[in-house]
Order: sequence, then structure tokens, then C-alpha cells
Amino acid sequence: MSDPADPAAALADYLRLAGARSKGRRPWFFENRDAERVLGIAMALAQELSVTRDRLDTLERLLEQAGLLRRADIESYAPDAAAAAERGRRTQEYLAVLLRVVQQELEESEAGPEERSSEEVARELGGAEAESQ
Amino acid sequence: MSAKQNYEGPPPWRSIGRHEMLPEASHDDAARFDFLAQLNHHLGSKVLPGIQRVYEREVEPEQRRRTGAGFRNRHEVRRSLGRHPGYRSWSALRRATMEMRQQAGRMLVLRQWGALNQKAQRLNEAGLGESLLLDPAIETPRYLAAVDHHCMPGSYHAELAPGDVAAAANYDAGIFVTTGGLLGRYSDGGGRGVVDWVREHLPDFRPQRILDIGCGLGHNVLPLARAFPEAEIWAVDQAAPLLRYGHARARALGVRNVRFAQGNAESLASLGFEDGRFDWVQSTMVLHETSHRAMPRMMREIHRLLAPGGITLHIEQPQYHEKMDLCEQCLRDWDAFNNNEPYWTRFHEVDLDAVLVEAGFASGALLHGGVFAPAEDAEAAAAREDGAPRSEDFGRSPAWRLVGARKAAA
Repeated sequence: MSDPADPAAALADYLRLAGARSKGRRPWFFENRDAERVLGIAMALAQELSVTRDRLDTLERLLEQAGLLRRADIESYAPDAAAAAERGRRTQEYLAVLLRVVQQELEESEAGPEERSSEEVARELGGAEAESQ
Repeated sequence: MSAKQNYEGPPPWRSIGRHEMLPEASHDDAARFDFLAQLNHHLGSKVLPGIQRVYEREVEPEQRRRTGAGFRNRHEVRRSLGRHPGYRSWSALRRATMEMRQQAGRMLVLRQWGALNQKAQRLNEAGLGESLLLDPAIETPRYLAAVDHHCMPGSYHAELAPGDVAAAANYDAGIFVTTGGLLGRYSDGGGRGVVDWVREHLPDFRPQRILDIGCGLGHNVLPLARAFPEAEIWAVDQAAPLLRYGHARARALGVRNVRFAQGNAESLASLGFEDGRFDWVQSTMVLHETSHRAMPRMMREIHRLLAPGGITLHIEQPQYHEKMDLCEQCLRDWDAFNNNEPYWTRFHEVDLDAVLVEAGFASGALLHGGVFAPAEDAEAAAAREDGAPRSEDFGRSPAWRLVGARKAAA
């Protein structure tokens, strides 16, 4: 336990404590609890995106105040061919990363009927004994 | 027209009133509070009206078709409306917002935990045993111990170590998220509203001794202390972290005529209060966090503590009544079931007049009225008048009903 009167004291496990549950069994509203859990994660991401946009906005305004850029230049910015290609590729990579799970689920349908799961292969390779353990 | 004139929504968190005890917030801490205040605003102003339309167009007609009659009470509405996907989405988002607000506030507080506790200790030093009276013998009553109110982990009373003020610091920094700034820069709109009501309706009232029960961290008692600087004022709560922080906050804001004392308002004999000690006993948004047994006991204790001719005033969201739409009652009840405010539902159907009379007040001496958080300055007042009627986020609007009584003169 940290010393509560030490000005430098942050609780060592403050991240766990910050996110701790409140007492009182939680109501779940969706029929599918998995969906509500994903909603919770999505809302936290939405929050952090908003935080990032605010930070970017702060940055732009401070740079403009300092005379280092004009925000109107950002709004009218048109990338030249090289920049556009670079940016386009980055967006494509981003989408591929984002939607990997969709890609892989579709690839699964292309797998031959002989393909097995690792669990099945574990039984095959380990024999009956492995299965009974 | 400027962008500002077109804007209707919460002010930035950075505009809240600063004082030495307020936790330091980074850019991103403030941005999280801003996002969450906007999310609450969206849920209240854009999503909630949709829930009401669903009730009017689908849920209520379906009930009539199925049973030949409408709903009989708000609980029946909740069971039916609760199955609608729109209501579920609204509820899941609202619950998630409460949990995210707690995490955001606790993260910023616990990161600077030692510094906050040290500040409180320093500001409180001179007042310990004088204007800050803590009593470790006070036990957390069941109605505050059973669940953590408003999903605050540890509620008001848990201490991570002796001398801890984290629960109160988190409350102070983050209450802005649920109120959207409508309680004012110091979240004291309730207290300022009460002062305005007393000045208007009881212009000759000159209280010498004032007691605020369930004072929390003192948001609403400081306006009373400023309005009656000569009065001796006691602010009582059962949770030590709130009192430690509240006392330090009052000092930081230059208010010195309030004593913060730990006690249970069902019986304040532990503080040595004799019969008839106070001219005014106040509670502001407190009764709904007690219980059906405790609340009438508090009223009897208040009657005992009041001097002849003294008054008691209680500020709450409006009680449910026959003419209040059942859907509105159901939506107002949401926090009772989903935001750990368990007495909220039963409390709002209690006949408070009868409780006061039962406690000893004469039925001819009851006081009733409406209280709202006054605008803090001309700019805020103008913004309020210009804007379209504010949508109401049921149960959380800065307007309350006042009920109270004057004790018979000797």
C-alpha cells in the first residue's frame, strides 16, 4: 500500500482500481451479452478517438497561433500524385488490418474438406490415450 | 452568426470552477470528460425522445390491444418497454457511459492520489477536531453499503488507506459529466437555488444555526454559508472521505463558517446536538439515497433538532403523481434499477407531507415550492433564454421540488 500522504504516491495498481466494478450485480440489457461487451469496447474506442481528435484540434490551433500553419491550408490540402499514392496505400493497409477477421472467415470456406482443427489433429497424433487424459 | 451562438450543449470541462483541491487534469483527461458529457447530452436529447415515441406508437398501443386496457403502473411499463431493442440500446449506452465516467475520474484521481491526500491533510490540519470532526464509530448504513451508488466503485465511504479523499475528488471532478454543467461551475446550483427560494419566500428568516444533512463534499452547503456568513453552520455526512475533502475544499474556496462532521442523520446525538439547536435543517438531493425506514427517522430527528419556529427544507426531483405519464415515471426510475440508486423508485411515490406530519410538524405548517439552479452570470442567463426549451434528461435536470415545514412556535 502506498503512503497516502506522499505527494509522489500513485497507487501501484491504479489502472486496476480505476476500472474496478461497482458493487451491485450489473444489469445486462442485450439478449446477447457478447454483443453488449463488444459495445462497451466500441464506446471506449469512440471515447479515445474523440480524445485524439480534440488533441489534434488543440495542436492545430496552437500551431496556427504560433504562426506555423494556417488551418484553412489543412482544409484545402490536396495531395500531389506521390503523396496520394502513399496515403492510398496506407489506407488500404489500414482496411486490411481492420477487416482481417472477415477475410479469414471467408478463406475458411475455401479450405478443403480434409482440413482438420488442431484439436482433432491432437487426438489423431496422440492416439486414444491423449484423448482420455 | 458565430459558431458559439449556434451551439447548444455542455460547456467544456475546463470551464468548471477551480480550487486547490480539484484534481489536476491533463488534456486527455479533460477531453474524456468532454466526450462523456456530450455522450450523455446526446443520449438525453437525441435518443431519449425516440424511446418516448416508441412507447407512444408501439408499446402502449400493443398493451391496449393485448389486454384491452393501458398500463396500470410504471413497473408494467418497464417490463414491456424493457424488451424493446431501442430501450435496450439506450440503457446499455447509458450504463456504459456511467462506467466510463467512473473509470475516467478514478484514473485521473488515483494517478495523483498522494498529492491530493497531502493537500487535504495540509488544508485540514488547523481544523481537525474543530471544524472537521471525524468519528470512526459511525458505521456505513445498509442503504449506502449494499450497492455502490451511481456505479462509483467503493461508493462514498471506501478508503484505500487512512486519510484518503479519492472518492470525493472523483465525485467533484466528474459530476460535470452527468449534469452537463447545468449545476454551475462549482456544481452548487442546488444550494444557490435554495438560497434564492428562501430569500424570496421567507424574506425575514435570519437563521443563526443551520444544519445540512447528507452534505456530501459540501457543494450545496457553501452557498448557504456565503448567504448567511454570521450563522453557525454544520454539514453532516456519514462518509469520512467526503468530509475530509469537503472541509479542505471549503478552506480552499475561503469559506470558514462551516463545520464538517461525521454522523448518521437518523440520530445526531453522537454530535451532542441538543433539542431545538437549529433554526434550519436542509437536505439537498439526499433523501432518495436513504431508505423507507431511515427517512422517517431522519424527519423525526430533524423535528427534535429544530428550534420552535425553525424550518426544514428538502430538495428532490419531483415525486410521482397520478397525472405524471407512466412512461415518464418509468424513465425517471431508470437510475433505481440500472445506476445503483435503489431507494429512488419507492422514495418517489412517498407522501412526504404525511411523513412530515407523522414526524411532528403541523399539517398547516408545510412548505412547498419549486427550486431551480439559477444562472451564474448574464451570459449564462442569456444563453438559457435564447435556447430552445431544453430537453429533459429525466431525473437529472437542474430543477427540483421543495418540500418542508416550519416547526410550531413554542
